[in-house]
Amino acid sequence: MLSRIKHRRGKLAKCLTIMIFSSLFWLNSSVYVAAKELPVEEMHILSRLSFGAKSVDLEQVKETGIEAYIQSQLEPKSIKESVLLEKYLAKHDLTIQDPIKLHQSDVTLRDQLKNSELSIEQERQLDRQIKALNSNTLNDAIDVHLARAVYSNRQLQEVMVDFWFNHFNVFGQKSAVKFWLADYENQIRQHALGNFSNLLLATAKHPAMLMYLDNKNNTAPASPGGKENKLGLNENYARELMELHTLGVDGGYSQEDVIALARIFTGWTMDRLGKKGDQSGFFFAENRHDSESKLFLGHKIVANGVKEGEQALQILAEHPATAHFISYQLAQYFVADQPPESLVNHLAQTFQETQGNIRLVMDALIHSQEFNDRQYYGQKFKTPYQYVISLVRLGEIKAPSFKRLRGMLFQLSMPVYRCVTPDGYSNTQSAWLNPQAMLQRTGLATAIANGVLNKNSQVQFEQVKQNLGAISPQSQQVIQETPAKLRTALIMGSPEAMYR
Amino acid sequence: MKRRNFLTVAGLASGSMLLPIGCNSWVAQQTNINNRKRLVVVFLRGAVDGLNIVIPHQAEEYYEARPTIALPYPQESNGTLDLDGFFGLNPNLKELLPFWQRKQLAFVHGCGSPVLERSHFQAQDYLENGTPGEKNTPDGWMNRLLAQLPKEQPTQAVNVGVTTPYILKGKMAIASIKPGKNSAGRIPTDNFAVGKAFKKMYSGSDPLSLAYQTGSQAREIVMSELSQELKLSSRGAKEVNAFVDDAAEVAKLMVGNAQTQLAFMEIGGWDSHVNQNTLLERLLPSLGQGLATLAKGLDSIFADTVIVVMSEFGRTVRENGNKGTDHGYGNALWLLGGGVRGGKVYGEWLGLDSGALFENRDLPVTTDFREILSSILHHHLSVPGDRLEHIFPNYQLANKIDFLV
Repeated sequence: MLSRIKHRRGKLAKCLTIMIFSSLFWLNSSVYVAAKELPVEEMHILSRLSFGAKSVDLEQVKETGIEAYIQSQLEPKSIKESVLLEKYLAKHDLTIQDPIKLHQSDVTLRDQLKNSELSIEQERQLDRQIKALNSNTLNDAIDVHLARAVYSNRQLQEVMVDFWFNHFNVFGQKSAVKFWLADYENQIRQHALGNFSNLLLATAKHPAMLMYLDNKNNTAPASPGGKENKLGLNENYARELMELHTLGVDGGYSQEDVIALARIFTGWTMDRLGKKGDQSGFFFAENRHDSESKLFLGHKIVANGVKEGEQALQILAEHPATAHFISYQLAQYFVADQPPESLVNHLAQTFQETQGNIRLVMDALIHSQEFNDRQYYGQKFKTPYQYVISLVRLGEIKAPSFKRLRGMLFQLSMPVYRCVTPDGYSNTQSAWLNPQAMLQRTGLATAIANGVLNKNSQVQFEQVKQNLGAISPQSQQVIQETPAKLRTALIMGSPEAMYR
Repeated sequence: MKRRNFLTVAGLASGSMLLPIGCNSWVAQQTNINNRKRLVVVFLRGAVDGLNIVIPHQAEEYYEARPTIALPYPQESNGTLDLDGFFGLNPNLKELLPFWQRKQLAFVHGCGSPVLERSHFQAQDYLENGTPGEKNTPDGWMNRLLAQLPKEQPTQAVNVGVTTPYILKGKMAIASIKPGKNSAGRIPTDNFAVGKAFKKMYSGSDPLSLAYQTGSQAREIVMSELSQELKLSSRGAKEVNAFVDDAAEVAKLMVGNAQTQLAFMEIGGWDSHVNQNTLLERLLPSLGQGLATLAKGLDSIFADTVIVVMSEFGRTVRENGNKGTDHGYGNALWLLGGGVRGGKVYGEWLGLDSGALFENRDLPVTTDFREILSSILHHHLSVPGDRLEHIFPNYQLANKIDFLV
């Protein structure tokens, strides 16, 4: 990919002039990578299908055309992954890959701590080890997540991961969820442009979700396992599954359906040692399952063990309310905070006709009249996550400090994997725009422009300007009236950089 | 643009003479009339279990419904703290007992939304937009309330948090402070040249500009009020609870020159489907301490304050299979402050007999939350009766419960 970047003489000369003007930092500067300008229609598509365009993206679109870009993004495996990312993953992803081992090492340390014959010093030592294991695991998972968002050439896939992770949100700080986070996210990534029912099933059976929404404890009180362990029904997962994952709150289910679904999912639990069942961590505990038949959304569910839950998930995945709900959310994420109804209906129809083929639904979305309607250009206010990642990409900052990025997202109230509630982070302007946020965003833009993410990769004003595309006359005027050394901060903190 | 909103913007235009940080002249110019009534709303997100907060310790059904999570009798160790012979307080809230004894703390049991909703998010929305059953209301009731109050400083209404909750969304500008310590820590735009450049960039009347302008103006005031606080609190212990810190800051803003009249705070994590008592033991003490800190910090104006603690719905009367409770309906609403006729549990209590339960599982809602809030708005904050419908449309204050001084 890098070889495709062409340095054009005219632009380079212009860039040098800028570098001399921004004399304070120019010695540190990385080289500004010039690319051809794209029409506003194509910049719009790039801004929605990626976390921010880089010069290499602009060049690619110029060369192959926007349709080829869209089609390749819809087939992520067809895109050669960035070398930088592969190097990063080779180094860091391995350390967090095996959730069972990670979880086990935590349990082992905690068991050792229970030993009453330990000296105070030994206890402290173990305590430190546990804390380190826990925080390292979470931070590694976050860093790998950030690295993919920043570096990946499969940008739409990562954007879809952002969408689906929030849709099927889990909270990284609840019980042992953190050990399973990277694995959970990889499952989501695998199905992000695949089939919705597969994605739904993968989340339903994943230990991260089983722990987060308590289904691992959900037990038929009258079952042998229920009596023995004094366990009973837990409605948490059943309710959120319908409300947030599939039908939506107005999807037409009742409290009786919540209870029936909870009964269907009794015994869906986890085996953290990965020895039982298919050894993935999911385990169906037959002796805790409710073996009566159930009535769910008008369907009679005949007693059938683990298959009942799979049947219920299929019913939910195929339900028209689910098609509508998912379509609404996609349209809101990719088009407008109040998405046009015509688009939602069109997507819902595609969703049903294709049995929940996410790639085809996205294809329909990207080619819809509504998505390409100029009134929606640059109208989606970036979430803090989208904003911060986009600054790194637009500024083409090399090897940004992920630790700093983590901290910034914390400050902006959108730390990765730390949304406590199952509805995930919102992506609307009304959720994120407020006085405090504006002060923080402009402040962070300034810090990033000043090299806080990598002091050796000074951000070029021209680079950001080029990758951002059109800038309003007002912003342009203010930038012109500002001393050169503040221009990068200003453009990174401009309205154009805050919207996509 | 609405007229009041225009006034805000006009005020901001004259605020362009704002002085650099550290100079107190801006606030010094303000009149020092600071005798208004105040309201603090604390929202417990995730649905706190009201029956284990205000415990009907004399009801046999309570113990039957909750074999493993019922709190011990008042006489037993770690038992319920008796309030009135029938109800008792969760012992993890012992910091609040003195307020009860001084008749500054009251509860309304069986309070909630008239529209049944067991979804956290939908139920929170209704409590925040003040229009139960109506989902698409664009603004929250506290924002509409602010529009009805005589307009003062940009810090008249303060949110503790970096995102705007539904309850505060709307046309009126709301100041916010960062939760936890360092609310007044330095940010890059405090640099004069940087601040000046961004001020120019955001000098328009678009949503981003308005937010930026309100933000920097409110920051001036909050900074000068809290910079001292910052110095004092930084010597505190390592594990200081964020809510307690926030409460101290809110008190400071209400008492001092920021003249904050309305404040909103929230604490999440109350969704106790599993091992409920452990969860409450972890979360309640800091809530109790925070409220006590707020009361103490308000000092002389505590008499003019009502603090409301609410949560989206109650939880099932019977415990579930995991030493927890699932989503229910009626809940207890808390009222604290010198403006409250305390020492009493208000609301219609129908008992815990299964026949009295809503859908044979939950505490019924016998008091509409809007009744309590409208009453505070009208009698405490002096919102005229004919303006209440702008805040709670389609609700008529019944003056059913006389809980205010």
